[in-house]
Amino acid sequence: MAAQTVASTTDSTVNTTDRTADSPVDLGPAAALSCRECGHRVPLGPVFACEECFGPLEIAYDFSAYDTEELRKRIEAGPSNIWRYAPLLPVPADVATKPNINPGWTKLVKADNLARELGVTGGLYVKDDSGNPTHSFKDRVVAQAIEAARAFGFTTLSCSSTGNLAGAVGAAAARAGFRSCVFIPHDLEQGKVVMAAIYGGELVGIEGNYDDVNRFCSELIGDPAGEGWGFVNVNLRPYYAEGSKTLAYEICEQLGWQLPDQLVVPIASGSQLTKIDKGLKELIELGLVEDKPYKIFGAQAEGCSPVSVAYKAGHDVVRPQKPNTIAKSLAIGNPADGPYVLDIARRTGGAVEDVNDEQIVDAIKLLARTEGIFAETAGGVTVGVTRKLIESGVLDPTKTTVVLNTGDGLKTLDAVADTGLTATIRPNLDSFREAGLA
Amino acid sequence: MSVTVRIPTILRTYTGGKAEVVAEGATLGEVISDLEKNHTGISARVLDDQGKLRRFVNVYVNDDDVRFEQGLETATPDGAGVSIIPAVAGG
Repeated sequence: MAAQTVASTTDSTVNTTDRTADSPVDLGPAAALSCRECGHRVPLGPVFACEECFGPLEIAYDFSAYDTEELRKRIEAGPSNIWRYAPLLPVPADVATKPNINPGWTKLVKADNLARELGVTGGLYVKDDSGNPTHSFKDRVVAQAIEAARAFGFTTLSCSSTGNLAGAVGAAAARAGFRSCVFIPHDLEQGKVVMAAIYGGELVGIEGNYDDVNRFCSELIGDPAGEGWGFVNVNLRPYYAEGSKTLAYEICEQLGWQLPDQLVVPIASGSQLTKIDKGLKELIELGLVEDKPYKIFGAQAEGCSPVSVAYKAGHDVVRPQKPNTIAKSLAIGNPADGPYVLDIARRTGGAVEDVNDEQIVDAIKLLARTEGIFAETAGGVTVGVTRKLIESGVLDPTKTTVVLNTGDGLKTLDAVADTGLTATIRPNLDSFREAGLA
Repeated sequence: MSVTVRIPTILRTYTGGKAEVVAEGATLGEVISDLEKNHTGISARVLDDQGKLRRFVNVYVNDDDVRFEQGLETATPDGAGVSIIPAVAGG
């Protein structure tokens, strides 16, 4: 079966186009940038907001040349990383030969023990992205941004980060030969600071929360001081964000080219959730999976729950919050893609829910105890929300469900600092028995 | 009330390429009206058809996001800095 012409997967994507006429750079099937709000279209370039309405610019693709079965074979024969999906990403065809961190193809763990605990009978899976090179899903998006930065001639990479992205940028920049200078809130977890600083780039703490850091970066980009810098999640954001589509591709391929019935996805800016939806829709339109309904559920921490609050209130816009949660990687009080998350949760029949810090810690321990997966706080949020949605009858336990763990628990040890020794004993058997360990 | 307005790159076609301009007004709404007088067309980029801030625009008066304050009614004291920033960054 021939693939459908183009990824008309969002309102902003376009019909078949002549890439060379639109944009001179070679980023594979990427044809142009198109505004998700008003459809205004511009050539590929390091721009992120629509000059007409400030809406987000997205990649518009030309997938018209693909035959479905040939594409499937090409993907299956590809490398064990995200570049197996290069034909569906804004990267050149020879991307796998370039220095990059090559993330992805992480484990999709069938979580039977967790399923029993939660009463899930339809199949429960954890997509464990702690297995990426810097132990979070951010490697996927940064790998995309690196290719865009190369295409546009940047030599310095930067970003605003809640921690995971800083590490991913530092590592990718080191491997690919870029200078990096990244900005983080000054009070991040020590583990994340070390994991970002170790790669030798410049790491700058900003006295403020993530939204303050983000604002600073947005201003820097318009100032001569930031000229020539590729901010992965600002002026390279249209390219960067596409990396999250690979989560959708991998989940479906690992399920035997099938859509899951339900996905539980964390929300920080909301970009990941919207791109997972985009990836699923592309697979359907390309004929790589059979079309069937799926539901996407968004997960937030109660201490930073602007999207969850808007969802429950029936709003289609998100009122920013001042974050206060242990889930710092999700602590974005003014989420850029919040309105789109609301659209997707409602369109697919999903929901957006939140859990408090105590529930997050309990969920981290639950996942570790049942599946041997040590999740960072964001993983505690998704597992905790999954449990809450099952208990409230919103998530159907008889359906195939995939829960995302987007980072490694070693990054957020503080959150589970009360976990430690069962006992301290003298080095003899009597002491062992006295401690009740026999 | 005279304030300094920081203009994002995508709006600089309206300000002759200037990254900062001076505007008058006691509230953000008045400042935007004054901007429009000197830089025709800029208001329609920042405000929607109902005259509200577009949802993908963040505006700060000094360090305060006006969505936490009084929106277009937010006071703009003499000498304040106003920043207009695309909201689709980060994450």
